[in-house]
Amino acid sequence: MKKLIALLLCVLLCFGMLSGCAGKGSDTIKVGILGCHTGDYAIYGLAVRNGAELYIKQLNEAGGINGKKIELVIYDNKADNAEAVTAFTRMVDDGITALIGDVLTGNTLAVRTEAYKINMPMITASATAAEVTYDDETGTLYSNVFRTCFIDPFQGQKMAEYAAKELGAKKAAILYDTGNDYSIGLKDAFIAKCGELGVEIVNEEGYSSGDVDFRSQLTNIQANEPDVVFAPIYYQDAGLIVTQARDLGIDATFLGGDGWAGVSGYASAEDLEGSLFCSAYASGSTDAIKEFEAAYTAAYGADTLNMFAATAYDAAMVLCNALKTVESSGKKLKPASDEYKQALIDAIRTGSGSVAGITSAGGYTFDEHNNPIKDAVIIEVTGGTEKFKTLY
Amino acid sequence: MSDMTAITTILKQILNGLQSGSIYALIALGYSMVYGIIMLLNFAHGDIIMVGAYLAWLCMVRFALNPALAVAAAVAGCTALGMLIEKAAYTPLRSSPRLSLLITAIGVSYLLENTFQLIFGAGAKTVPPFFNAKNLSFGGVVLSSNAIVTIIAAAVCMALLTLLVQKTKMGKAMRAVSEDMGAAQLMGISINRTISFTFAVGSALAGIGSVLYCTAYPQADPMMGSMLGLKAFVAAVLGGIGSIPGAMIGGLAIGLAEALVSAAGLSTWKDGVVFAILIIVLVVKPTGILGRSLNEKV
Amino acid sequence: MDKVKTGGAVYRRLPTGLRYLINTALFALFLITITALADNRVISYSDSKVLMLIAVNIILAVSLNVATGYLGQLPLGHAGFMAVGAYTSALFMRSASAYPGQLMFPLGLILGGLVAALFGLVIGIPALRLKGDYLAIITLGFSEIIRVVILNIDSVLGFKLTFGAASLKNIPTTTTVFNAFLWAGIVCFIIHAMMKSRHGRAILSIRDNEIASESCGISTTFYKTLGFCASAFFAGIAGGLYAGYLGILSPGSFGFMKSIEILVMVVLGGMGSMLGSIIAAVALTALPELLRAFSDYRMVVYSLVLIAMMIFRPEGLMGSYDFSLGGLLERLLNRKSAPLIKEDES
Repeated sequence: MKKLIALLLCVLLCFGMLSGCAGKGSDTIKVGILGCHTGDYAIYGLAVRNGAELYIKQLNEAGGINGKKIELVIYDNKADNAEAVTAFTRMVDDGITALIGDVLTGNTLAVRTEAYKINMPMITASATAAEVTYDDETGTLYSNVFRTCFIDPFQGQKMAEYAAKELGAKKAAILYDTGNDYSIGLKDAFIAKCGELGVEIVNEEGYSSGDVDFRSQLTNIQANEPDVVFAPIYYQDAGLIVTQARDLGIDATFLGGDGWAGVSGYASAEDLEGSLFCSAYASGSTDAIKEFEAAYTAAYGADTLNMFAATAYDAAMVLCNALKTVESSGKKLKPASDEYKQALIDAIRTGSGSVAGITSAGGYTFDEHNNPIKDAVIIEVTGGTEKFKTLY
Repeated sequence: MSDMTAITTILKQILNGLQSGSIYALIALGYSMVYGIIMLLNFAHGDIIMVGAYLAWLCMVRFALNPALAVAAAVAGCTALGMLIEKAAYTPLRSSPRLSLLITAIGVSYLLENTFQLIFGAGAKTVPPFFNAKNLSFGGVVLSSNAIVTIIAAAVCMALLTLLVQKTKMGKAMRAVSEDMGAAQLMGISINRTISFTFAVGSALAGIGSVLYCTAYPQADPMMGSMLGLKAFVAAVLGGIGSIPGAMIGGLAIGLAEALVSAAGLSTWKDGVVFAILIIVLVVKPTGILGRSLNEKV
Repeated sequence: MDKVKTGGAVYRRLPTGLRYLINTALFALFLITITALADNRVISYSDSKVLMLIAVNIILAVSLNVATGYLGQLPLGHAGFMAVGAYTSALFMRSASAYPGQLMFPLGLILGGLVAALFGLVIGIPALRLKGDYLAIITLGFSEIIRVVILNIDSVLGFKLTFGAASLKNIPTTTTVFNAFLWAGIVCFIIHAMMKSRHGRAILSIRDNEIASESCGISTTFYKTLGFCASAFFAGIAGGLYAGYLGILSPGSFGFMKSIEILVMVVLGGMGSMLGSIIAAVALTALPELLRAFSDYRMVVYSLVLIAMMIFRPEGLMGSYDFSLGGLLERLLNRKSAPLIKEDES
């Protein structure tokens, strides 16, 4: 039968793979970084990888945690769910104690189910869907999962409030990515809040992931003359959309979510003038951020320097702070053991208040669903730079 | 919305459709010409456009050259790359099963995408405008000058290509080879040269396409070619693959269909509608709008 | 042991029943071994995950091979059928979560396969009128439509069915190394048996010469649709296993690139060779895993391997050769009894 050779081959293959997994000494702690480093969404995955790696490199150079170095296990998931699960389980076999990742919400949902089974502490820097930490369909709290970014509904509500109360908007239009749950989450929250505040939604236009032509949707929007256009999308698309909107002669104010951070590199200063978005991160606004940006650019170049690099830097900071707490507790737990992981989760939950992250200078405290409580800042693009406007 | 704005909105939507449609058409031409001559769906064609966009970016941003030089570099670079790919990857497979050739094309496409991501990083590069033109205004109706330049440039290219294929000796050779490779060879036509030339012309059109693409959507990123290539491929098949006027019609039809579907407020279903149109056309006319019917030989 | 007299020489044949018995026994042995190894963690957890994926990909590759290798068509929409099967079986498993998963799982898989086959029928009837690359593009179109519908159906109809881009979650993870390979074995056996039957011969004859087979009285439309539906059915089963393996489904996993990935397996393995499809599915699933060490370079390496393979071995790894254990044993048996007459039975 034909199967036989193939099956023999895969048995051989498995033994080949096994040989790679030998135990290491306990003078290092292994931490996994998982994300999409190739493919369509590589720009976010690479930002997360580099941001987290930067912090951990700096920490290792400064002597590590009580003399122990952190060893990174970095795997690519090609933005594919199956690949993400395989890569994650491979990391577990490699002996990681905690995970920074995953990057995209869909991949994170696939990984978190696996991680929950073995109580693996994980901090995502970029998966913003509320369901990542709490599944309201089954009422499960994924107590091992934390994040350093906002959740979707929060930003949509903030921007709706800002548009209604500060900008006095009466008519709003929406342009969102139908294939992206981040975009849909923000859109839904924005619409709900606008309904409460009496802002009329004149257009709700969608596009498919990967589209570059938005002129038709924008022409529809233009015909209804809205005061604001809410575009809850990532910055590369945002750059294209604003450029095309101005090209068509739309002069409404553009609003965005934290995915907009970094947009100033992708459209002209003139076109972006006056656009607003909410973020946790204002490029170049504080000394800590400037220092981070300089170090990041020196190590990895500027093309992936976006908000997720900053939240990943913070995720690594939160994680390492918790590792330090566990290491200093004097209990001499073995890394990657169940007790160690539980102690680490507790340390993240209760002991991160003092971590002055670059996107949350006031420290990280987590709500009952493990979401960080941090202020949103409204960023305005003026003169081609993203400037801190107000805390909102 | 008053009647007047409704009419201008429709006019604008048609202009939007023509702009994206003429870019699709230029790229579809490359697909169609290559298919016509060696029956290969050149999946790497979309990625040649990506390379062109990066070349334009390199010239204008990295080396701060004149935009005209950047256009020349993009076109020349794409042409050279197209010929190189043909020589390195497709010539060795000329007598192999067609599917192997297709898989090779897919491999080349992956290779270009991933190599460029390694070299230039995953982020998009903003390509500065090639020219500065004010938007035209007719009695309060603003028309994008980019759109008009794109449509005119594409139309000129297509006219030149038609002349090339119909009136020159090389064009005649191309038609002969696509008609019957064996007979053309017996008539003293150099097959290798003709195929190389076809790839060169197709890739040069892709180079022009990449410039027009960057005018409309000023970003170059490593993965931009795959979706663009797929749409252009659909356009080529819709028009009748292997047919040059067919590719133009197919491209414009896809562009207009996308624009009008979005204009009707169905933007979520845009891709679905485009493929549905394709399916209906193919079921009614199995070789596309202008495709030659295949005569079965026993 | 049967003895066949061919031109004076004696050729010893294994009875069909014995052949099947040997094969079944070996396959059962393999299943038991691999399950035991996985359960006792001799095969690590992550490797057992890879193994499940390998089994899913084997089914995908051999099922596409029915339409591509045996029927001689070029469909580019295999991921669409996989998506239909995956979502159907996932929705079934979610609603049947009160019952024991391992009992319901086969039902879910077959249901997924049947719905996928139904889609295959609906798509196949118009699509199979077309030829070659037109067939490729029309099937690609259908699978993209399936993806767009899965993505948007909730927001249009206003209920929660596929959850669109937000992913279908909480699917019981019932796929194990054991049932994944069991199904892979079953699918391979059914396809093997089908291709050895009268219907299989009819399908092969269409590939070799459609006009000739039609003039021999073979209903080409019927057999083309049959082959296409069978291909869709098995893709649906693979989809169900994939859903049970992952526990979460999002429409993005079933894009155009997925169809291409499966096609690459079939062509790389050799068109019309089941063994080739299996080997290519194993190799192409394992290769990216083995290349993990190269991280950023692994996709470049993968594409180079692909191009090099096609240039140096354009007919695929196995060409159209298919391995038959029974045939091999017979040849061993007959080695001593010269003169040996080459048998043409495969």
